[in-house]
Amino acid sequence: MPYRVSSTVDDSREGEKMDRLLIVEKLAKRYERTTVLGSKKEVLALQEVSFSIGRGSTLALVGESGSGKSTLAFCIACLERPTSGRIVFDGNEIAALGEKQLREVRPQIQLVFQDPVRSLNPRFSALEIVSEPLIVQGRLNKQEREARGRALLAQVGIPQEKESQKADEFSGGQRQRLAIARALSLEPKLLVLDEALSALDYSVQAQIANLLLELQAALGLTYLFITHDLGMAAHLADEIAVMEQGRVVEMGAADKLLRAPGQEATRRLIAATPRLGAADHRPQVI
Amino acid sequence: MAPLLQVQDLHVAYISRAGRKSPALEGVSFDVRTGETLGVLGESGCGKSTLAVALLRLLPGNAEIQKGAVLFEGQDLLRAEPRALEPIRGARIALIFQEPSLALHPTIRISEQVSDVLAAHEPASRAARRQKMLQVLAEVFPADTAHIADSYPHQLSGGQQQRVLIAMAIACGPSLIVADEPTASLDPTTQQDILGIFRRLREKFNLSIILITHNPALLAGLADRVLVLYAGKVAEIGPTEEILKSPQHPYTRALMQSVPEGLEGSARSRKSRLPVIPGEAPNLAVLESGCRFESRCADRMEQCKQREPGAMALSEAHAVSCFKYGG
Repeated sequence: MPYRVSSTVDDSREGEKMDRLLIVEKLAKRYERTTVLGSKKEVLALQEVSFSIGRGSTLALVGESGSGKSTLAFCIACLERPTSGRIVFDGNEIAALGEKQLREVRPQIQLVFQDPVRSLNPRFSALEIVSEPLIVQGRLNKQEREARGRALLAQVGIPQEKESQKADEFSGGQRQRLAIARALSLEPKLLVLDEALSALDYSVQAQIANLLLELQAALGLTYLFITHDLGMAAHLADEIAVMEQGRVVEMGAADKLLRAPGQEATRRLIAATPRLGAADHRPQVI
Repeated sequence: MAPLLQVQDLHVAYISRAGRKSPALEGVSFDVRTGETLGVLGESGCGKSTLAVALLRLLPGNAEIQKGAVLFEGQDLLRAEPRALEPIRGARIALIFQEPSLALHPTIRISEQVSDVLAAHEPASRAARRQKMLQVLAEVFPADTAHIADSYPHQLSGGQQQRVLIAMAIACGPSLIVADEPTASLDPTTQQDILGIFRRLREKFNLSIILITHNPALLAGLADRVLVLYAGKVAEIGPTEEILKSPQHPYTRALMQSVPEGLEGSARSRKSRLPVIPGEAPNLAVLESGCRFESRCADRMEQCKQREPGAMALSEAHAVSCFKYGG
């Protein structure tokens, strides 16, 4: 299918666009599925999706299963090609780039997945995991790579004596730290965190959430935080976008959106979020 | 009236091929009354899934029940003959697992999988069984029972698959359901649907439920009491309101604080550091003497290093294993 670039691009807010690291405009993704009987069925995973993320800020993308969150993540990370629409990353249109040019863009947008067990090679040591992207990209010599790998491990709180420990010997929380360190190895501008905390226990989620906040403050990172946990989204995000059936139905500052939701989908998510109780009942620190 | 289930001083350990023993549960005791929902709250590796399967002696081959008793409807399940367990497993006590897609056979229709449960426990004619199967499915799918019955698991969503497992669990009219993270892989809306089903069935059939989870917020408004498990031991047990709103054990308190305020939080608390529990849960294979939470505890005292605290009763219903409260 030939790639179609949307011709209706709004250029009137050029100045405002400068502080947005990522701008997505009217993005659509259609999958064609062949059924067992051979007939073709079209699946509309994304329709007219438009949003943007400010540099150094966090956008949480929330929605029910099947609302298109992960498809969107894959399109932004240049792992899937959108059917139509524009993705402007750091001032450049990236949705229509060829494979060769994409190789230069991809390092700047890195993904962290939900399941650190399945996204790390169990036979690699911690140091090998975080330096592999540097090898693939042909950056630095062996000595420099190891130094960079050690710095990355330190940055995410993996003690140096564990650098030669194999991935499958780490706990879930530490594996997610490794996945984050690997994502940071190529010095990306944007991290796409696809349910990156969801598989972890709450006490571990708190540790990783703190790490993400520290890294953002230190490195000026921009996050696209994809989750179905509205509570954690409310904690980490500056802005929240709500997805439903392949569309972004509402987007706004986290506070405002949660206080005065404008859409049924948002209200439904808020109502379904389990909570411990009213704020004044939270335990006191002694 | 005696409780429906009494677990007394349960000890379970895993034995490695080299013969090394790694305890998973040590001295776990609790009761579940008829119609009561007990929440078991704990993090990865605390032994909560071991507990679920140990009750029915469905532990893997490398696990060993070393001590204790599980009294259910007047019988000690740990000492019963294997044959005597057959009419209990799946009929009197039903288990529901976390990953519904793995618990269902991928190439057998739902109708047949539910009927199989009935056939295993209740002799009946084909026609009678089919009718019972539809009746059971109608409890969780009031709208399109027949359509679901004819489906294969892959044609159903995660929430629908979990409903099927619930139907299979209640098929033979159990008195106790043990659900291990039944909503962990579901999105919040579906999660609430499933919890709503548990609530409704509990009322209708006067069921007792043991709901195992790592998410304290799920237990609010659902569990009558909560048991907090840490490193294979009961840290605290008490009424849900008390445990969630004024936890007494330093571990429970730290765990509750690490959950972001989220929707209830002020703008100021957003993007701020969450209080965390330092370090990681202990490796039970190389456990040292003293309280298991000592190295991570904000309130540790001198004696915590020397010996383990016993359960101290704060009230009739609330007990804590911590030297802060005596012992």
